[in-house]
Amino acid sequence: MRASQRERTRTRTRTRHHTRAEAQAPSLVMVLAFVALAFLLIPLAGLLQETPWSELPGLLASPTAVEALRLSLVTSILAAAVATILGVPLAWVLARREFRGQRLVRGVVLLPLVLPPVVGGVALLTAFGRRGLLGQYLYDWFGIQLPFSTAGVVMAEAFVAMPFLVLTVEGALRGIDPRFEMAARTLGASPRTVFFRITMPMISASLIAGIVLAWARALGEFGATITFAGNFPGVTQTLPLAVYSALEVSRDEALALSLVLLAVSLTVLISLRGRFLGSRS
Amino acid sequence: MSLAAHITTTVGTVTIDAELTCGAGETVALLGPNGAGKSTLLAAIAGLRAIDDGYIRIDSTSVDEPARAIFLPPEHRRVGVLFQDYLLFPHMTVRQNIAFGPKNLGIAPEAEWIAALGLTDLLDHKPSELSGGQAQRVALARALATSPRLLLLDEPLAALDASTKQAVRAELRSFLQQFEYGTVIVTHDPVDALVLADRIVVLEGGRITQEGPTAVVAREPRTEYLATVLGVTLVRGVARSGVIACNAGGELITSVEIDGTVVAVIRPQAISLHAGKPEGSARNVWRTSVTRVDAHGEHVRVDLAGPPPLSAAITPAAVAELGIAPGREIWASVKATDVSVHSA
Repeated sequence: MRASQRERTRTRTRTRHHTRAEAQAPSLVMVLAFVALAFLLIPLAGLLQETPWSELPGLLASPTAVEALRLSLVTSILAAAVATILGVPLAWVLARREFRGQRLVRGVVLLPLVLPPVVGGVALLTAFGRRGLLGQYLYDWFGIQLPFSTAGVVMAEAFVAMPFLVLTVEGALRGIDPRFEMAARTLGASPRTVFFRITMPMISASLIAGIVLAWARALGEFGATITFAGNFPGVTQTLPLAVYSALEVSRDEALALSLVLLAVSLTVLISLRGRFLGSRS
Repeated sequence: MSLAAHITTTVGTVTIDAELTCGAGETVALLGPNGAGKSTLLAAIAGLRAIDDGYIRIDSTSVDEPARAIFLPPEHRRVGVLFQDYLLFPHMTVRQNIAFGPKNLGIAPEAEWIAALGLTDLLDHKPSELSGGQAQRVALARALATSPRLLLLDEPLAALDASTKQAVRAELRSFLQQFEYGTVIVTHDPVDALVLADRIVVLEGGRITQEGPTAVVAREPRTEYLATVLGVTLVRGVARSGVIACNAGGELITSVEIDGTVVAVIRPQAISLHAGKPEGSARNVWRTSVTRVDAHGEHVRVDLAGPPPLSAAITPAAVAELGIAPGREIWASVKATDVSVHSA
């Protein structure tokens, strides 16, 4: 009897509290939400408004712009490929095996996500520079010099992009029932066949999302690239670097190049809408 | 012999030590409560986990024998497994699911079951479009497509709802009667075991506690678990000249003349309850009290304090008429011919 009374009181209190919270929401939460949205949109509006639309074809056809776009596409696709070829096995090990130091390994994998890219670039220099940890042998024995080369751009981009791939794929691998893989084994499939014919197809949607995310991150990479690979037109000057250089010379060219990056980013976002805006298929 | 195995392995706190055989054409049910180690035995036979000691021979070939450093991975064992929730590959059609095994083994697919299991019209469907019963038949056809030398069924009917279970169980039974190699069924449902198996092996706490032909095991349960799932009561005691001195106290008169340690099996329906001392031919009559009353389908199960402690199954009308409730003093009777006795 007393318990039911208490229950009723609590329900009443909760209801009243709920109503008051609903009444408050528009004044504070809605205003802040609107400010947040404006904060994100106004710079984009500025970019679009300042863009010299009439001169756009000419600006984008300039050798610097074409070179930067070409280099950006080539290096970001290669970086996404490197991140996939190395990242998928790493994600598989993290998802399917238990070993000592697993948490440490996962921390290392996540590091490039939180590390300022310029620090990543410095780290790459100390490892692969001509006097670096590995770089000195690459140079002395094989004459290979990675910094300030196109290969260096790919490395810098893959370094920052890989965590996106690993995180997405590891999550997907944890989401599928490992007994599907066992069932495949009893049907005569070797571990290799299971990986390519069962595991990978079952996570294909996440795998594609991970590759696209890694590719988009590689495309926008700036800090690690300029630190490790420098800013040489035609060799290491990707689109973001070209935007930065153009700002000092021609504001219009910087705007035009920025617009290209914006268009690419929007396309990626829209193509991934199903996975990241809540409407899972 | 499709399967001959002596499996010793430890999972968590359960140590499994069991000998299991299955002849060609034979269906063996591995019956036991959850956590008894049934699925572990199945996984060991399929090659999905290694055993600690003992041996597993399939079709006379040793596939796991730690002492001789033999371990054949699952893909080389020719064991077909039907998993509990079927595990059809969701990204493949029914046809691709069935073709997966033969393709891996580089053999021609065993197609005869596709028609026999009524799957011809479903070949281009995705698993998500199938009903539970259809999915089960596809999983069976997939397992059989590799021409396995032994078939393992893990709770083959547990994923089905009650209405389809009956029909699928009958289908499975007619299939198993045609299958030329051995089949091991893991189940915790005694009905599956009784309907599908030629022989029942009862596994409890990692050990085999009883085994024998299905009819014998059903008639003479020797363990409390088996008695409970079969819906009968077990009374252990020592018999002398047709009188059993029960271990839990009290005596039971039986029409069977066996001396020595015995197990008596009493169906709850055989026990009658009366308000006053019954006048009749029943030779076992005693006064007792009710400890527990439970609705059990169409009848009501009444647990009696004893001695000996037994359970009676009576109609709801009788419960009302006798005013049965926990604590009620009552008379119980059972005929000597309804006390079946087996030496333990």
